[in-house]
Amino acid sequence: MFSGGGMLSAFFLPATVLVMWIAAPLGWVELTVYDSFAALAHHFVVRLGLFGFVSLAFFHWAHRFRYTLYDGLQLYHLTDLIAVLTYGSAAILSLAAGVILLIL
Amino acid sequence: MTQPVIFEIQRYRPEIEDEPTWESFEVSCRPEWMILDALNHIKDYVDGTLSYRWACRMGVCGSCGMLVNGKPVLSCATYVTSVLPGPVRVEPLRGFPVIRDLVGDITDFVRKLESVKPWIVRESEQPLEEGEYLQTPEELGEYKQYSMCINCMLCYSACPIYELDPDFIGPAVIALAQRYNLDSRDEGSEERKDILLSQDGIWSCTFVGECTTVCPANVDPAGAIQRYKVTATVDAFKALLPWASR
Amino acid sequence: MGEPVNPGYTEHHAKWHRRRIPIFWWLGNAAYTKFIVRELTSLAVGYAALVLVFQVWSLERGPESYAHFVSWLQLRPVVTLHVVVLGALVYHSVTWLNLAPRALVLRLAGRRLPGAVVLLLHYGAWLVASAAVLWLLLAA
Repeated sequence: MFSGGGMLSAFFLPATVLVMWIAAPLGWVELTVYDSFAALAHHFVVRLGLFGFVSLAFFHWAHRFRYTLYDGLQLYHLTDLIAVLTYGSAAILSLAAGVILLIL
Repeated sequence: MTQPVIFEIQRYRPEIEDEPTWESFEVSCRPEWMILDALNHIKDYVDGTLSYRWACRMGVCGSCGMLVNGKPVLSCATYVTSVLPGPVRVEPLRGFPVIRDLVGDITDFVRKLESVKPWIVRESEQPLEEGEYLQTPEELGEYKQYSMCINCMLCYSACPIYELDPDFIGPAVIALAQRYNLDSRDEGSEERKDILLSQDGIWSCTFVGECTTVCPANVDPAGAIQRYKVTATVDAFKALLPWASR
Repeated sequence: MGEPVNPGYTEHHAKWHRRRIPIFWWLGNAAYTKFIVRELTSLAVGYAALVLVFQVWSLERGPESYAHFVSWLQLRPVVTLHVVVLGALVYHSVTWLNLAPRALVLRLAGRRLPGAVVLLLHYGAWLVASAAVLWLLLAA
């Protein structure tokens, strides 16, 4: 899951962030109109894909951050706590994403 | 045509001190000298109590690993001229408890190496009359790089994970396990799996990559470890498939 | 050597030394520092995923809530933050893809693919994925 999240985020996130959160707010590009955007986001396939993608991204972060805390800050003695905090938050975030994307 | 060079060498003599100390030596070095030559000069003419390991003096035995100006190198393979101007800092390899001066205890490495069965493991041996096990150059090429390891442990010194988490089995051990896993004559991959796939095995590695950078034999242990991660992950998925044979 | 003078030392009882690892060990060496920075990009990945979900959620709640989200995106400090996030994400992508040939040994017709080819394939995939995103967001 870690490498899947890493690979997918490496491929898709930079362009996404560049267009939606930098170019569009700064007015460099015109994002599609609200209605068609909403329609796009409504599409079940898109939502399923998004859910899979963000879940993998959350777990990628959790796994990597856990090791960064161990190695970077030498927190090996807190191993159980860190595992619960990182994987736990990833699970909760994925669950929330699932509810938002697939149910609402 | 000698040149005076200052060496700052870490001393540790538990019978007189609790913590390591630094001692400076000025050595007139010849242009072709290695660090080892300077150390031998100090031991022969200045302070016979200086302790360090060395043997072949030509970069094949792996005995003389130490930190020179913070980098893990073989002292017999590092020119003094490459670390000029002084002072040159010499310390024992990181990650291993220091017994005395530049000598570290490597029992941990040896135990871990033994645990991955670094020899050809077979169900049954071919009878002698059938001759030797044949292997094509391509089959040899699969593992040859990993067989070049001289057990010098520079990679252990370079690996921050090993020092932070001494249970980690470490780069050389994994590379050597792979050397046998990828050897066509070997049938022992299953036996090595438990250790390699344990928490202290490949999964402790976060691909810093320094092990490969310092390796004097071009083994690329980092590559070996990542390749095994991919293999293990793919195998895990395959085992999940309904038609997999367990 | 003479008699031992260290009171903490008992003869024939080995007293090996392990150094204490400094808290900022990774600042001492450029390779280690780059490693930690590389690992910290995972925060950017997690953050981006989070805001992405939030974006879809505000879309869901109607044009007003979405307009609110868009105006948040346009705030100076937010744009600056996102430029930093983009930098981190690009660093994540580049370091991730560059390491791919070390981990992936691919074979075509029995011959091993050179690392440069594996690398090119990965960068090609990145290009295609980015183009797909651009098309999806701008043209569709």
